[in-house]
Amino acid sequence: MSGPLLDVCERVLACVGANAEAEVTVTVGTDALTRFATSFIHQNVTDAAQRVHLRVVLDGRVAESVGNQTDDEALDRLVSGATDAARMRPVDPGWPGLAPPSTGPSVEHWDDATAHAEPAERAERIGAFVRAADGLETAGFCSTTGAAVAFANSAGQRLSGRTSTAILDGIARTGTSDGSGRAASVRLGDLDGVAVGGEAVRRARESADAGDLEPGRYEVVLEPGCVVNLLGFLAIYGFNGRAVEEGRSFARIGEAQFDASLSLADDVAHPMAVGIPFDTEGTPKRRVELVRGGVTSGLIHDRRTAKALGAESTGNAVAGAGPWGALPANLVLEPASASRQELIGSVERGLLVTDFWYTRILDPRTQVVTGLTRNGVWLIEGGRIVRPVTNLRFTQSFVEALGPGQVRGVGTDLTLVGGVAFGAGAWVVPSLHLASWNFTGGARG
Amino acid sequence: MFDYAQAAVDAALAAGARYADARVMDRRHESMGARNGEVEELTQEASVGIGVRALIGSGWGFFSTSDLTRESAQAAGAQAAAIARASTSVSGPDLELVPVEVRQDSWASEVREDPLSVPLTEKGDLLAAATRTMKEHGADVALAGYDVWDTTKWLVSSEGHRIDQHVVECGAHMNATANGETETQRRSYPGIRGQYGTRGWELVREIDLEGNAARIAEEARELLTAPECESHDAIDLIIGSEQMALQIHESVGHAVELDRILGWEAAFAGTSWLDLDQIGSMRFGSDLMNVTADATLPGALGSFGYDDEGTPAHPVDIVKDGIWVGVLSGRDSAALAGLDSSGGAVRGDGYNRLPMVRMTNVGLLPGTSNLEEMIAATDDGIMIDTNRSWSIDDKRLNFQFGCEIGWEIKNGKRGRMIKNPTYTGIGPRFWGSLDMLGNRDEWTFWGTPNCGKGQPQQIGHTGHPSVPCRFRGVRVGVRG
Repeated sequence: MSGPLLDVCERVLACVGANAEAEVTVTVGTDALTRFATSFIHQNVTDAAQRVHLRVVLDGRVAESVGNQTDDEALDRLVSGATDAARMRPVDPGWPGLAPPSTGPSVEHWDDATAHAEPAERAERIGAFVRAADGLETAGFCSTTGAAVAFANSAGQRLSGRTSTAILDGIARTGTSDGSGRAASVRLGDLDGVAVGGEAVRRARESADAGDLEPGRYEVVLEPGCVVNLLGFLAIYGFNGRAVEEGRSFARIGEAQFDASLSLADDVAHPMAVGIPFDTEGTPKRRVELVRGGVTSGLIHDRRTAKALGAESTGNAVAGAGPWGALPANLVLEPASASRQELIGSVERGLLVTDFWYTRILDPRTQVVTGLTRNGVWLIEGGRIVRPVTNLRFTQSFVEALGPGQVRGVGTDLTLVGGVAFGAGAWVVPSLHLASWNFTGGARG
Repeated sequence: MFDYAQAAVDAALAAGARYADARVMDRRHESMGARNGEVEELTQEASVGIGVRALIGSGWGFFSTSDLTRESAQAAGAQAAAIARASTSVSGPDLELVPVEVRQDSWASEVREDPLSVPLTEKGDLLAAATRTMKEHGADVALAGYDVWDTTKWLVSSEGHRIDQHVVECGAHMNATANGETETQRRSYPGIRGQYGTRGWELVREIDLEGNAARIAEEARELLTAPECESHDAIDLIIGSEQMALQIHESVGHAVELDRILGWEAAFAGTSWLDLDQIGSMRFGSDLMNVTADATLPGALGSFGYDDEGTPAHPVDIVKDGIWVGVLSGRDSAALAGLDSSGGAVRGDGYNRLPMVRMTNVGLLPGTSNLEEMIAATDDGIMIDTNRSWSIDDKRLNFQFGCEIGWEIKNGKRGRMIKNPTYTGIGPRFWGSLDMLGNRDEWTFWGTPNCGKGQPQQIGHTGHPSVPCRFRGVRVGVRG
């Protein structure tokens, strides 16, 4: 295995020498994002990004250095900074050692045209979105990223990979309502500005002139934007080796904590996934079942929490995650057989919700979260949408909402949603029909 | 470094830009984290690069690179212009920049003890000792950490600005978590985000982590058996200055960002309930409410000499005697809104992020009361402090915030401790109920080092001077 990025890794390891253990990750790529608001492009950025991350271990003393230069002098500084810092540190009793040599999964989510997309190509899709709005005000963004990553450590592990992602995400606004549309893919070519803009317009128009609704418990159909938000809390505070180790998690392996219709995994090899198939510790990712048929079946680990709990790393270490621990980059919630119409049709009296907004946890153990609805809410009665509703605040335990007997339907509409919590990746989810959701007030007070 | 920035600006102009500016930034960041008596993480990051902004017609373009040579700076300028040209294909209203005095200047924050020169062993010992003490006093999980940012930046604009600044930011945090049968309780110190400022290591020494470690650990454990905060549709609420900083940040600071008011953040961070037609007449709160955005406050986290457009730091009135009078703005947003000058509130999080409207030090001016007087003047109320959760709607109007700890107030005295206090309200209605305000002795410049905004997301460092306050008739104790 070789290549210019791995060559940089080898130069760093050579500079560290034989007296210390070390691991190096080099990332090079382009992050480009074109933003529009009030129906025109107002921000348009491209970053030619480069990052070198080094972790050095001297007799169990660990320190990390990060730089963005790859000339010899800069790499020397990077190495001397990390080794000097490590010398002054106490031995880390939780240090799990370096990842051993292994073969990464043969997964590549890459599209050359997306990685090298021109600003005009993003502007073209935004123009289509704006035109599809047919005079409604619009706002949102189109992004393209391409990143190549190489990893090497002094235990002999060598890995490299690359990934691209394109996202088109926006809203249309009527004056009394907003509606959202979004699409994400490994290929910019898959994104259709007219279709995404049209979806936003439909939601905006259908939710215009909404009326208030008395707060209380309602059935809900949560569209993919909400489901991703909900799963984020379960993943970060629950299926997380660090949270379990510290006693902060609800997760109990082997218990039927969820409805039998739910199966959740972290799976970088899923056909709709994006991302690199190994983590910042050089552990190849593998499919990790977190919930199977409602039973909690696994946790996300980096090497530290895996060692502490007698497990194996799942390849989910994230540089800079600190006390958060490992994070999933490729959550997949398995779809079922209900179409969107069937999900709505099975609701006696409830709400269809497009997106959640500003969700914050009140207690990680019980997963009680407060937040608001956004970009379209409708009242459903007798299986039919009867009217739009103004935004509502909720305060709800996310674990209870998905508990045994609480899921009345799982959609077929498997959707890749990018830009998830903590920038951890992009997750693939369907819509859900849940038996009860606790709305505690109107957004207008 | 000025030469690289100048080369980038010249290249952007040569490629057709009618205005361009460039920032070279050299930043070092050091962070350390300890857990349960052991230092667990130490990261030192160094980044250097250039970001160039170009304006063609009414279209902006921005390009950044870590490749810092004259040739790459010129290429970055040309790229920024090419991106700006692409922006004009979906164009909006004519965009101008309000005038700003062109200056060549240097500025540096005041540092008494360089935080990067304090030995790592000493810093590690401090964090290890604090977390060990928390463990010994009942914490199941004890965390502590510090961050240091040392940033030098050089700004050049096509109008003639040449400004260099050296800003040192520093601070620390710690928290103790206690696990019960079915819940967790946490106490943080000095606040949920710690305490940060444009100061040196002297700030960390002043907050005395170890001297407060035992107390917060014991409080976290005590909370497990404390009664739940009861639900009240309307009760008097005394809020400590740390939670007030969050209240100001979320319900005032973001609401008065001009880019939000203009709709530039509509799809992500949201808009604002404020209408520019009502500036100068809209009542935001009671007569006691006076809010400024002041980047000149010494040592506060949102202080600087010049913003990233070269506008000199200056105080801006935001709310005066309860009336909304000002906004946080930059040169383009101010022009679009018909203002005469920029509020000097534009900053970027690193060389590779587009400068945008950010809070400076948005805070309450102190009043004449104090916390003890507020308690004594309250017959039936609740006192809360230290933020635990925060959620607010996309217009910055409807909020629900939770705190780590509370106390009942009965007949002018602080009573028993209560857990899981939350309160909710509508911005102007809530601020209108402000009737007591702490004095200058209680005025604290809280620093928020993690304000997320923008796409790609930027993490801003903002300051929030605040004091304890009393509000009347607040809805408290919202349940899940």
